[in-house]
Amino acid sequence: MESNILMPALSPTMETGTVAKWMVKEGDSVASGDLIAEIETDKAVMEFEAVDDGTIGRILIPEGTQDVAVNTPIATLITEGESTAAAIPESLASDAPAPVPEPVSQPATAPAIAAAPISPPPEIEIPEGVSTKKITVRQALNEAMAEEMRRDASVFLMGEEVAEYQGAYKVSEGLLQEFGSERVVDTPITEHGFAGLGVGAAFGGLRPIVEFMTFNFAMQGIDHIVNSAAKTLYMTGGQIPCPIVFRGPNGAAARVAAQHSQDYAAWYSHVPSLKVVQPYCAADAKGLLKSAIRDNNPVIVLENEILYGQSSEVPELDDFTVPLGRARIWQEGSDVTLVSFGIGMSHTLEASKILESAGIRAEIIDLRTLRPLDTETVIASVKKTNRCVTVEEGWPVCSIGNHIGSVLMNEAFDWLDAPVINCTGKDVPMPYAANLEKLALVTPSEIVEAVKAVTYS
Amino acid sequence: MAARKSASKPRATVNELLGYYRDMLLIRRFEEKAGQLYGMGKIGGFCHLYIGQEAVVTGLEAITEDGDKRVTAYRDHGHMLACGMDPKGVMAELTGRATGYSRGKGGSMHMFSKDSHFYGGHGIVGAQVPIGAGLAFSDKLLRTGKVTFTYFGDGAANQGQVYETFNMASLWKLPVVFVIENNRYAMGTSIQRASSTPELHTRGSAFGIPGESVDGMDVLEVRNAGKRAAKHCRSEKGPYILEMMTYRYRGHSMSDPAKYRTREEVQDVRKHSDPIDHARELLVGKKPGIEATLKEVDSEIKATVNEAAEFSLNSPEPDVAELWTDVFA
Repeated sequence: MESNILMPALSPTMETGTVAKWMVKEGDSVASGDLIAEIETDKAVMEFEAVDDGTIGRILIPEGTQDVAVNTPIATLITEGESTAAAIPESLASDAPAPVPEPVSQPATAPAIAAAPISPPPEIEIPEGVSTKKITVRQALNEAMAEEMRRDASVFLMGEEVAEYQGAYKVSEGLLQEFGSERVVDTPITEHGFAGLGVGAAFGGLRPIVEFMTFNFAMQGIDHIVNSAAKTLYMTGGQIPCPIVFRGPNGAAARVAAQHSQDYAAWYSHVPSLKVVQPYCAADAKGLLKSAIRDNNPVIVLENEILYGQSSEVPELDDFTVPLGRARIWQEGSDVTLVSFGIGMSHTLEASKILESAGIRAEIIDLRTLRPLDTETVIASVKKTNRCVTVEEGWPVCSIGNHIGSVLMNEAFDWLDAPVINCTGKDVPMPYAANLEKLALVTPSEIVEAVKAVTYS
Repeated sequence: MAARKSASKPRATVNELLGYYRDMLLIRRFEEKAGQLYGMGKIGGFCHLYIGQEAVVTGLEAITEDGDKRVTAYRDHGHMLACGMDPKGVMAELTGRATGYSRGKGGSMHMFSKDSHFYGGHGIVGAQVPIGAGLAFSDKLLRTGKVTFTYFGDGAANQGQVYETFNMASLWKLPVVFVIENNRYAMGTSIQRASSTPELHTRGSAFGIPGESVDGMDVLEVRNAGKRAAKHCRSEKGPYILEMMTYRYRGHSMSDPAKYRTREEVQDVRKHSDPIDHARELLVGKKPGIEATLKEVDSEIKATVNEAAEFSLNSPEPDVAELWTDVFA
C-alpha cells in the first residue's frame, strides 16, 4: 500500500514551509521515528520523522522547494504487504493536494497568512533617494535590536529562549553569536522574577530589553511593569528613570486558544508613565523598536506572531528610527476615518478594498503608538471625513476604540455626522475551534458593515 | 534572648562603637518623632516605623563601600538615615513637602536617593527582591565590583518572586546580599503561623546560596556577618543570605493595635535585647566615664531630629504644577 507523506504543520501559524533537506532517498526503508527530512518553518528548521514503518516510494517535492503548503503530499511511503499502487490521498486531507510549486532559489515572499499582504505604506519617513529593502517584521525587529546593541553597550536582551535557542520565534536569531552570553541572557521560566530583575538593571544604569515569549505570560510579571517600572520616575521625583523595553508577541496567533490569545493594548495603555507601541509593518517595527530602546521610559512593544513572517519595505539607512507618539496616515480618504493599529491594520486594509469597490474611500490611520496617543492626527482626519470607525483585535470593554470615541466626543463632537463605532474582538475568551476563533476576532466584513452604517450607505 | 557574643568579645574601637550608637539613636529618635507627627496628622497614609531593628541596617552600613547599593520595602526610614541621606529631606518627604527626597510625590513608602545609591522604598512586599538582584546584575555587567544589599522581611520571604530571584542570582553569581529582617511578625501573622520552615537563612539552600542566622539586635554581630557576606559577593561567589533575628517594638504600621502579641513580649525584648542599650553598655564597659559624651550625643541627635521636623513643617507643599511633572523622562 502506498500512502502519502504530507507536508506537516509545525507551528500554530505555519501555512507553508520549505523542504530543506531529504534525509532519505527513494527505496530507503524507514521505521517509525526515523528522520526523513528537514522542514524549514517561519520559525526554525525542524526535523521530520516517519510515523509508519515502510519504504520510501517516491519523493514528490525536491529538496529546496519553498512555499509548500501544509498538507501537500511531499513523498509516498510503501507499507508492508502491498506495493506500487497509486498514491491514495490521505483520508483526512479532504481538499485536493495543492499544486506543487517549483523549487526556487530566491527567498520566499510573505506567507499568505493575513488576508491583506503588507504593501509599502504611501507615507513613510524616507529621505528622497534612499532605497528600501523588503524584509519580514521578524527580521526588522532583529535588526533593530542588533543595531542598538552595537550602538550602546548598556543595551542587553533577556528572556526565555532568547540566546541558545535563537528565540522562540527567531526574533533574536544570531544575537548570542554577535554579543555573547553576558548581553543575550537566557532566563529560567520566571516572568515575575526576571521582569523585576530587568527593572533593577535599568535602575542600575543598563538598558534592558526584556522579551516575553508572549505577553500572555507577562501577566505573571505585570506588577513590575506597572508598579516598579512605570511609577518609579514619578515616585522618585524624577531621580530614577527606568529605560526598559518589554517586548514580545501579543494578541491572537492561530488556534492557541484562550490563555495564549489576548491583546494587551488597552491594558498597558491605561497606565500613566508607560509608552506603548504596536507596529504593523516592518519599517515601523524596526523604527519604533529602535526608538523604544533609546527612550528613557519603560516602553511596551506589542508584536504579533502572525505579522512576524510578513514582509514589507524598510528604508536602507544606517540609522532608521520612527518617533514614538506619531500615527501614520496609511491612506488618504474623504468618506470615513478608519483608525487601527497592529494586526488590526490587516483587517482594516482588507475592508478598505471592499469599500473601495463600493465607492467609499476611507482614510486609514495606523496609530502605531498607543501611548502617548497621537490624537491630533485622528481629530484632524475626523474633522475632514466626519465619521470614524476604530478597529482592534482586543476586547470591546474599555478598549482603545472606546478611548478614541471619548476623545472625539470631546474634541470633535460638532464635526461628527455619525456615532463612532468600535470594531473589536468579541467579548469572550478566545475559543479553540477554527470556525469560532474566526468569529471571535474582528472581521473585515464587520468593518465594512460599520462603515456602511456611519456613512448611511 | 541568648547571651550576646559581642558582649564577651567586642571587636570594635570606641570610636566605631560610638558611631554605631549615634546612627542607631538617630534612627530611633527620628522614628519617634515621625510617630508624633503622624499622630498630629502631619504625616499621612501608611507609616512603618523601624524602632527596635536599628542594629540591622546600622551594622551593615558600617561595612558598605562607596557605590554599594541598597534597596528595601516600605519600612525604610532607617535605611535612608543609615546610608547618609539627610534627615531633613526624609522628614520632608514624610510630611509631603516640596523639599522631600521625592519632592513630596513618593511619601514614606516610596523614597529614593540616587546620590546615596538608595533605590527605594518599595510598597509591594517582595518586589524589591528581584529589583535588588537586577541592580547587582548591572554591577556585574558593568564590572563595578559593587554589592547590592537587598532587604526584606520574614513576610516577604514567602513570596514566590523571592525564590525566582534566588535561582537567577545564584545561577548568574550576582553580587547581592539578601538581608532577611526577621522581626517575627508579617504584619500580624507570626512566623510560626506563616512559614512552614521558620529558619529563613536556610531558604537559599535549594539554590546553593549560603546563609546564616545573625543576632540582629547586636550591631557588632551584624557588622561581622555583613563583612563575611560582602566578601563572598565581592569575590564573585554569588549571593549570600543573612537572616537578621530582630524585633519591631511598634505596630506594623501606625494603625496597628498589635493584638497578636503580648505587651510582655515586647517589654521583654526592650528590656533584655535592645540594640541601643547594648551598644551603650559596650561603650561604658570599654571606656568608663564616657557617659558624658553619650549625653552630648543624645542632645545632638535630639537637635538634629527637631531641626528635621521643623524644616519639614516649614517647607511648602509641592507646587500644583508638580502633579504633571516626572510622568515621562
